Amino acid sequence: MNRINNKLQESKKLLSIYFTAGFPTLTDTVSIIEKLEKSGVDMIEIGLPFSDPLADGPTIQASSTTALNNGMTTSVLFDQLKDIRKTVSIPLIIMGYFNPMMQYGIEEFCKKCAEIGIDGLIIPDLPVNEYNDNFKVIFEKYGLINVFLITPQTSDERIKFIDEISNGFIYMVSSASVTGSKNSFGAVQNEYFKRISAMNLKAPQIIGFGISNAATFQQATKFAKGAIIGSAFVNHLSQNGVNSIDKFVSAILKD
Amino acid sequence: MNYFVDENGYYGEFGGAYIPEMLYPNVEELRLKYVQIMQEPSFQKEFQSLLKEYVGRPTPLYFAKRLSEKSNTKIYLKREDLCHTGAHKVNNTIGQILMAKRLGKNRIIAETGAGQHGVATATVCALMGLECIVYMGEIDIARQAPNVARMKMLGATVVPALSGSRTLKDATNEAIRDWINNPVDTHYIIGSVVGPHPYPDMVARFQSVISEEMKWQLKEKEGKENPDYVIACVGGGSNAAGAFYHYLDEESVQLIAVEAAGLGVNSGESAATSVLGNEGIIHGSKTLLMQTKDGQITEPYSISAGLDYPGVGPLHAHLCKSKRAEFISITDAEAMQAGLDLCKLEGIIPAIESSHALAVFNSKTFKENDVVVLNLSGRGDKDLDTYIKYFKL
Ligand SMILES: Cc1ncc(COP(=O)(O)O)c(C=O)c1O
Repeated sequence: MNRINNKLQESKKLLSIYFTAGFPTLTDTVSIIEKLEKSGVDMIEIGLPFSDPLADGPTIQASSTTALNNGMTTSVLFDQLKDIRKTVSIPLIIMGYFNPMMQYGIEEFCKKCAEIGIDGLIIPDLPVNEYNDNFKVIFEKYGLINVFLITPQTSDERIKFIDEISNGFIYMVSSASVTGSKNSFGAVQNEYFKRISAMNLKAPQIIGFGISNAATFQQATKFAKGAIIGSAFVNHLSQNGVNSIDKFVSAILKD
Repeated sequence: MNYFVDENGYYGEFGGAYIPEMLYPNVEELRLKYVQIMQEPSFQKEFQSLLKEYVGRPTPLYFAKRLSEKSNTKIYLKREDLCHTGAHKVNNTIGQILMAKRLGKNRIIAETGAGQHGVATATVCALMGLECIVYMGEIDIARQAPNVARMKMLGATVVPALSGSRTLKDATNEAIRDWINNPVDTHYIIGSVVGPHPYPDMVARFQSVISEEMKWQLKEKEGKENPDYVIACVGGGSNAAGAFYHYLDEESVQLIAVEAAGLGVNSGESAATSVLGNEGIIHGSKTLLMQTKDGQITEPYSISAGLDYPGVGPLHAHLCKSKRAEFISITDAEAMQAGLDLCKLEGIIPAIESSHALAVFNSKTFKENDVVVLNLSGRGDKDLDTYIKYFKL
């Protein structure tokens, strides 16, 4: 069984962390992953940087630009990750835009992910219909879970459809926005979290975009299985490098 | 071969809507409604009336006698340069502002490179009294100051795009991000036949008035609707799409798409996407684009800001791959000379984008009896600074 599904069966609320591979320096990737696992993080999203990240706010845009300038590429990332399963056992997901994967070759890309022990992919600009018609077969052949997004604007009908085709979790985008940190969620978000929770979907939901601290993590996981922190962690990396990752994580998980 | 968009939003293998889920409701709403709205009699009435009374259509199909003599063929210029605001761009913004109103949107966003589409968008927003925000790369803001001033005078807010290479592709990214952040009240007026389906088709339909007029104008002048050639420059491809549209299925009409070679196709400073690009995804569309082998989108170069885009629309990718259109690359130097030649021969100062199309007469020979229609997409007022610096006028 895929590591993501196993993880989703644990009774606890899950903390997933996103970081951009190749940032702050090219060779930080493995050490960031190992430190995150040691700090108690449940799942990691490894960002494959792209020159034109449409769904990202300034923080992740800037980290992507730096990572590319540092020399990060798909091949470099795969090379850095080749022995990752010797030291890390939590689920690992690659999050990236479709064009770099297309240029690598989708089948090749998936094959490589499977060899390394990547469990799933999040590709914001690969729409559901294209995935179903052209890529589902390949992803499944290599045991990769594709994670779909829903937003406050997604219709109930479409949410049900996405739930049906999801074999891992649903990535619930917290608000109508690109990635970025928020200090708190308002009534609108709470309503939305409640509405989705009440739909009793088959796939667990993990909330992302705007989670930045213990307060937003708790607010999100009151309704959902877990939450994803991206920009706030990337900010932490840009200020501290790979130091004190454990402090960042324990500040989120403290109760 | 089918050259029109299919029911899935593709031209052959190109097109589609590679958008994040956040944009799905807006793009889907547009996809479901755009054809129906465009075909409503009240829409057509308002659109046609604005094109006539406000834009100044039909634009003349002018027989360029002295240019024809020099090139030893029969050349007609489709005078899009005479449109209000100085280029074909306004045909699309008029159409899209009417679309936005019918969709109940009251906030308009747009991207712009040279500023022509930004000005055309600010213009129609002023006309309709709608809020207008134009994203423009920080570098372009510096090099296109007069158009920035025009947009401001027209009441638009110009927001600098500070990400990536700070030019047109980044302004487009910023506009898309704005749309993600404002999903309810906002319509995004894209400036060319690019972006996710249905944009390429919708913009092509609005621009198709160009070839619609060419047909009856040519019939009046030549006794036949079809020329032997239609020539147009291609940035994203909207003026070319409009000029080709009603000739796509007329296989006897040869279509020539002119791209900017910049300092030369192999110089590393070029925007000739059909030669330098390969298949990929840019701004929500599967098309030809310039990129590294790792799939990072690269920065093009052309002296003409309007041709300085690392992709082409999916229709053009299809026309290129299927060989329905011939793609020709023209350097900065060839274009600038052809622009100056037109001034001297015909008393018309062309936009540098259009000058690229004109330069084809210096690199390709046509038969004496050929009837060639060239889409003169814009006027050169916005380019005076560049012409002055280039020719040390
Ligand atoms: C006068 C003129 N011609 C052509 C273009 C290129 O755009 P497109 O290829 O969409 O016609 C522009 C773009 O700014 C323009 O201003």
